Amino acid sequence: MSDPTALGRESRAAARSRSGAFDIPENPPQRALALHRALTAVWANDPGWRGQITAVNHTTLGLRFMATALVFFAIGGILAMLIRTQLATPEGAFLDTELYNQIFTMHGSIMMFLFAIPMLEGLGIYMLPKMLGTRDMAFPRLTALGYWCYLFGGLIMLGALFAGVAPRDGWFMYTPLSGATYSPGINADVWLLGVTFVEISAIAAAVEITVTILRQRAPGMKLTEMPLFAWYMLGTSVMMLAGFPPLILASVLLEIERAFGWPFFEVARGGDPLLWQHLFWLFGHPEVYIIFLPAAGVLSTIIPVMCRTRILGYGAIVASIVALVFLSFGLWVHHMFTVGIPHMALAFFSAASLLVAVPTAVQVFAWIGTMWQGRPELHLPMYHVLGFFLTFVMGGLTGVMLALVPFNWQAHDTAFVTAHLHYVLIGGFVFPIMAAATYWMPQITGRARIRGVGEAAFWIILIGFHGTFFVMHLTGLLGMPRRIDIYPDNPEWIWLNLTSSIFSFVMTIGFALFALDLFLQATLGKRSARNPWQAPTLDWALALPAPAYNFASLPGPRLLTGEPARPALLPLARGEGVLPGAPRGRREFLVTSIGAARPDHVAVLPGNTALPLWLAGAIALFVLLMLSGHYIWTLPALTLVAALIWRWGRGLTTEQDHPAVEAAPGLSLPVHYHAHASLGHTGTICLLFSNGALFASLLFGLGFLTLVTPGPDAPEAFVPGQSAIPAMATVVAGLALGAIGVRLARHAVQGERGTGALWFSAVVNALALLAVAILGLGLMDDPTTHARDALRGVLAGYVALHALICTGFAAFALDQLRRGELANGRTGTLKTWRFWQDFSLATALLAGAAAIMQGGV
Amino acid sequence: MRGWKVKRLIMSAVPLALAGCDTELSALSPAGPAAAQIAWLWWGMLAASSALFLLVLVLVAMSFGAPRDVPARRWTHTLGVGFSLAVLSVFLAAGLWVGERLVPRGAAAVEVRAHAFQWGWRFTQPGPRGMVETHDVLHIPAGEPVDVIVTAEDVIHAFWVPRLAGKIDAVPGRQNRLRLQADEPGRYAGMCAEFCGVGHAIMPFEVIAHPSEDWPQAVTATARDADSDGGEQ
Repeated sequence: MSDPTALGRESRAAARSRSGAFDIPENPPQRALALHRALTAVWANDPGWRGQITAVNHTTLGLRFMATALVFFAIGGILAMLIRTQLATPEGAFLDTELYNQIFTMHGSIMMFLFAIPMLEGLGIYMLPKMLGTRDMAFPRLTALGYWCYLFGGLIMLGALFAGVAPRDGWFMYTPLSGATYSPGINADVWLLGVTFVEISAIAAAVEITVTILRQRAPGMKLTEMPLFAWYMLGTSVMMLAGFPPLILASVLLEIERAFGWPFFEVARGGDPLLWQHLFWLFGHPEVYIIFLPAAGVLSTIIPVMCRTRILGYGAIVASIVALVFLSFGLWVHHMFTVGIPHMALAFFSAASLLVAVPTAVQVFAWIGTMWQGRPELHLPMYHVLGFFLTFVMGGLTGVMLALVPFNWQAHDTAFVTAHLHYVLIGGFVFPIMAAATYWMPQITGRARIRGVGEAAFWIILIGFHGTFFVMHLTGLLGMPRRIDIYPDNPEWIWLNLTSSIFSFVMTIGFALFALDLFLQATLGKRSARNPWQAPTLDWALALPAPAYNFASLPGPRLLTGEPARPALLPLARGEGVLPGAPRGRREFLVTSIGAARPDHVAVLPGNTALPLWLAGAIALFVLLMLSGHYIWTLPALTLVAALIWRWGRGLTTEQDHPAVEAAPGLSLPVHYHAHASLGHTGTICLLFSNGALFASLLFGLGFLTLVTPGPDAPEAFVPGQSAIPAMATVVAGLALGAIGVRLARHAVQGERGTGALWFSAVVNALALLAVAILGLGLMDDPTTHARDALRGVLAGYVALHALICTGFAAFALDQLRRGELANGRTGTLKTWRFWQDFSLATALLAGAAAIMQGGV
Repeated sequence: MRGWKVKRLIMSAVPLALAGCDTELSALSPAGPAAAQIAWLWWGMLAASSALFLLVLVLVAMSFGAPRDVPARRWTHTLGVGFSLAVLSVFLAAGLWVGERLVPRGAAAVEVRAHAFQWGWRFTQPGPRGMVETHDVLHIPAGEPVDVIVTAEDVIHAFWVPRLAGKIDAVPGRQNRLRLQADEPGRYAGMCAEFCGVGHAIMPFEVIAHPSEDWPQAVTATARDADSDGGEQ
């Protein structure tokens, strides 16, 4: 123990204790190979093809997300080629208009929902546990569920494309064009159901990423000192939790309108097409930053490594991430400057749209400053970083132009906007992702790349991209609108379009070469040195390629250094860190506190299972039945979904007590069944935050249709309002009593008296469910007559669903009690249930109040 | 039934009379005060943006030298917050200044109506004997501000005459007002700018600005209200 690294560690530990940080002593070293074998036996996927179905491991699933996203990128790219071929000549007869509309709609939808979002999810899922020093994501089965939902949703949309019934209303699906009258057939339904299906995986990933970053950082890795990539992903996932619900709500509403005739967007019955636009862009603008932030996180990670220095302005960057998260929800209206918005609102949203450029500028200058203070080395990832600067800065500047209302009125919906958004998305996402790919490929494959191919690909992509999209600014200013397929009367656009088309093929060749480079590296590359970039982050402190368990022991405060990660590698592999090996034969990792990352408890994870596949399959069945119009048959499908969710919950239970685990000498930690605030606790809060955003969107819709929409007044209520009051009061009372019941049950669960409280809660929740059913079926006006009644129907449905969930929790808890799973401080599902019960009560109260305020029940 | 296909054939077979002018849809060759203001805004922004872009490129290029010790706050605070806020304030001021001049204030001398449908335009404007309805041709007096009241029949469209003014959406259930003015008599091309289905590419129209002494007497003479071949089904 007299080698210099150990000495360095001693002095660092001393420095830590001076600064008031805690210390965790080292475990005795073991044989690394023995640890590896024991851990692999516990953490590895099942062998063979079965292992592909039952895998829940974050490394497997993260790679699978990214690989699938790459396939969709290729498909979206091919669609783009078809578009450019059609536009190469003014009267292109290559595609007919109907097919052209399907193709550009699918190009946008695929690139947004099936490429960009899953790609960043995959990057986060793959990278975060490695960077934060843990062994898996917080909810491994949820990772797998997210993947299957993404895959099946994507396949449904692809299937529609090949069957010729793909969506054709543009990727933002404006109503009334996407309504039943003007889009008969299932094309629009494919988009609404398919995208919503895929969004399940976005919400799942967002919950997981948030929990993983907040609760699974290596002990001693303070929130304020964690790698910037984690800050960026935290910002992204919070935005996803708040930003996707408006889109999900809008899709559900439009699908209900199309399938059952409830008017939300139809003018004649009190709806408003602008409600769709508001909800869509409430999602759509944050979406841009959801895509940009992870890419910026990649840049903040790679640039300092490539420049042999540390990132400049860590605090300023974190502040600008937080600013972006908030600001990006305040400027969705800049996509709607031409719809006829009051003058003052235009000025406000214009200013807000400009303001959002400030935190972006802070980051760009921090990166440039980092390059100044270091010594940039032109490795391949750095090429793509420079490609980012060249491209993204231009996209940002045209974005500033578009934020000015007068210019927006000219440029909106023209090729200028097409050019702008490709500069932002390819500059701000694709180039950084290519930098990430070339940077982490040695980590992923354990192989070094073959020289030359990657550089050639970079130059071809760069030339092809700018050749395609730079002239498109001019095309737009010369008046060419988006989404037209012919322009016989405008010869002045011919050479511009032809130029774009030719260079777009150059760009495609570049991307193909890039893919080839990855393939060659994965198959033919020589073995890579460990940590070839001398990077300081923990993702390089593991064996290459990464083992299923990541770390044989988890890095404690003594091994968390700001230096290159290499010194930590050996002690970790020898089990000197926290929680070494798998001596209890189960998957375990450490859960820490949110701020200072103090060890809190040990989480035991479920192992490999095909349950996520079955659940995703059941949801796919529901989607397909909706698509084919067999609405009655969706009820059995939903029952199947509920049964599988019950089964899922059963996998989280235990009927025995678990002794505390000795994670390090003198550090004895409880197992999560006995912990005060488990990962499930944090995850439930995240999910309910997202659910709350959904409910808030619904209230926004109610307020918008009531206050802003100029449409026809609602007809006189048919059912006298007073008769609904008792039913509404019953619902609220039932849920409130349920909330009391679940608290009593928690206190009483040690003895027999718990049974009574649980039964009581179950009965009052069921009563609330019954009351809302009576309300919905008997005491409310026909939801098809007017938007007011349709929205009330949705509110009642929302409350009913939550009453059902609470009843389900009560039944589940009763079952747990019967099995003896609630005892000795093991509270089973009671905590999660209490969160849901309180949330349901609060939303039911608000829903009732909103309905009353809206015009008197 | 498939009227739009017939129309598409006609469109491609008979080039519009105003073809030949290279920039008939160009926002960069304005023919009225609104479009002119916006064009100036564009040229100004282009100059400023080019300078900013060059600045960033130069800063990036300069990083490829020996390491230099510049205080972090100079990057994040001075450049990131201070400089960018200053630049953005100038942009915002320019945008608001131009925007103020585009807002319809008070009553314009002339008010016309543009009603969009899948896939064509119905215009209602003053004629020699009361209001005249035309298809795909709008008549206005030159040299006078005109307010266009834009509405839609079925789905969302957008009214855009790039050489005269910016665009405004035609939204079912709403009335939007756009003020434009043609400085000189002449023909100005317009089109639908919001995607509206299979006929989106074939929804052009024409604005004819008459010398003010001829208007509105000349309106019937050139009204193509017989031209209802494609639009309504």
